[in-house]
Amino acid sequence: MSKLLEVEKLSISFSQYFKGLEQRELKVLSDLTMDVDDHEILAVLGSSGSGKSLLAHAILGILPSNAKIAGSIRYKGKEMDDELKEELRGKKISFIPQSVNNLNPLMKVKDQVIGYTESEEEKQVLVKKQREIFNQYNLSEEVDEMYPFQLSGGMARKVLISTALLNDPEIIIADEPTPGLDEQAVEETINNLVELKEKGIGMILITHDIHTAIETSDRIAILYLGYVIEITDTKNFSGDGKNLLHPYTRSLYRALPETHFELTEGHQPSYQHIPKGCPYHENCPHQVRECHYELPELRELNGTVIRCFNPLVDGE
Amino acid sequence: MDTLKAENVNFGYGSHQILKNLNFEMNNNQVIGLFGDSGSGKSTLCKVLTGFINDYEGNITVNGQKHKGGYNPIQLIYQHPEKVMNPRWKMKDVLEESWMPDDSLLDEFGIKREWFGRYPSELSGGELQRFSILRSLNPKTKFIIADEISTMLDAVTQVQIWESLLTVARKNEVGVLVVSHDKNLLNRICDDIVYLADITD
Ligand SMILES: Nc1ncnc2c1ncn2[C@@H]1O[C@H](COP(=O)(O)OP(=O)(O)OP(=O)(O)O)[C@@H](O)[C@H]1O
Ligand SMILES: Nc1ncnc2c1ncn2[C@@H]1O[C@H](COP(=O)(O)OP(=O)(O)OP(=O)(O)O)[C@@H](O)[C@H]1O
Ligand code: SF4
Ligand SMILES: [Mg+2]
Ligand SMILES: [Mg+2]
Repeated sequence: MSKLLEVEKLSISFSQYFKGLEQRELKVLSDLTMDVDDHEILAVLGSSGSGKSLLAHAILGILPSNAKIAGSIRYKGKEMDDELKEELRGKKISFIPQSVNNLNPLMKVKDQVIGYTESEEEKQVLVKKQREIFNQYNLSEEVDEMYPFQLSGGMARKVLISTALLNDPEIIIADEPTPGLDEQAVEETINNLVELKEKGIGMILITHDIHTAIETSDRIAILYLGYVIEITDTKNFSGDGKNLLHPYTRSLYRALPETHFELTEGHQPSYQHIPKGCPYHENCPHQVRECHYELPELRELNGTVIRCFNPLVDGE
Repeated sequence: MDTLKAENVNFGYGSHQILKNLNFEMNNNQVIGLFGDSGSGKSTLCKVLTGFINDYEGNITVNGQKHKGGYNPIQLIYQHPEKVMNPRWKMKDVLEESWMPDDSLLDEFGIKREWFGRYPSELSGGELQRFSILRSLNPKTKFIIADEISTMLDAVTQVQIWESLLTVARKNEVGVLVVSHDKNLLNRICDDIVYLADITD
């Protein structure tokens, strides 16, 4: 195994104007560090609005132009500048976008999945492969000729996934591939992802669908308010979750309909007022004094990477 | 008791028939789950029930009455709230277009007053979804049709949203139809689960 993709101390901020004049920096990703090997799936979970999609966009080099970015992203040890990002995008690095608005409304489904090719021969190969993937997903030949507005939510999602499967990438960045899919399509996607991993692909799987994360990934990173708060072995997302060390991660696990559907009060704070100290302290029942003053550093504990002064080590 | 009834409903897009002789009934004290394959017509049914599609055959009634103009007592909440909000309106206006809830209800949904001055693009998906739910809880609403409203949210926010929505719905005696592919979720919150294939031919 070798490191395919390394993200180190990545920060992203937007400058925003308030009341017309006052300019403020909105820091939406802070010192994010994570890596992916070949033959590995790293799942990224976290609160809505924690910076997961922006992380994906930074790796692909498709952030809006008013975003400021700091830190390092490396592909096989090589620093990815804009040029390299563009060279890899859609080829060595495939992207499954979160928004179904990414489908071109004016293009038939089949044409956009296949993309532009010059050689007729290559095109035939792709057409055949496209049909195989569509068959797997129960997308009939009628769907080939449809425009995006004619697709149901789940069908559009399947089309986005198919596009990424058609290329021969080394890395896949999947941003929410499964919402709105029915059970059978979710299982199909899980099989596809695992098969790709076995072939050697490295993947970042961004998702709220913890079932898919558990079935496919090796490690799970959890984000909150732009910070990585825990990176843990996927097997810790099981049973009563007693090896999940961060209080937010534990709440997330206990909130699942298949575990306890437990209510945790409190919402992620606004990026305009990132709290001093631990990003979770306003909602954390486990806080201690220093949580209010200092930002906990990422550290290793029982094989888990964690950002917390008072982790749930004894299975509370 | 208020009864929502769909009788012998037929609808297709052009020649592509989607809903065949659909029959369905629920009352305002129920939370019913709607389950079915992708592409089978659940979202289409939601649009038919709430009048966003109106060239169907058959009858949709509340207490035997068809909806004719004015506020629709059957309200739809979508998966993507940003798609149905005017991007140039501030959140206060987005909400007030329907009604203005009192402080205790705003708090129940964790709505910060500072958000009122913002545009939809300046809020996260979870925050926007709270607004669209609250908007649909106008006192004149008798039924809420929730089409995959929590699939894009983290699990913690998902519990919060359902907890708040169902608390208010039970209190105001509003019936809720919940469309989701998540069986575990439906089992947690619904009194009963209906399969689309079982209510159509
Ligand atoms: N162009 C932008 N300008 C200012 N803020 C932005 C911009 N794009 C995103 N944000 C903010 O950055 C934060 C992170 O957004 P991001 O889309 O990465 O969240 P996410 O973790 O993918 O959430 P979700 O799970 O809902 O998809 C959010 O609070 C969002 O409002
Ligand atoms: N505007 C449209 N024009 C033509 N066909 C459409 C249109 N909207 C939906 N369809 C078709 O109608 C069928 C039902 O779509 P619908 O969106 O109701 O499914 P659904 O049950 O909600 O699926 P999902 O679980 O994937 O959201 C699909 O076959 C779809 O292709
Ligand atoms: S650092 Fe403190 S406030 Fe933050 S999660 Fe840990 S215990 Fe809670
Ligand atoms: Mg996202
Ligand atoms: Mg649908």
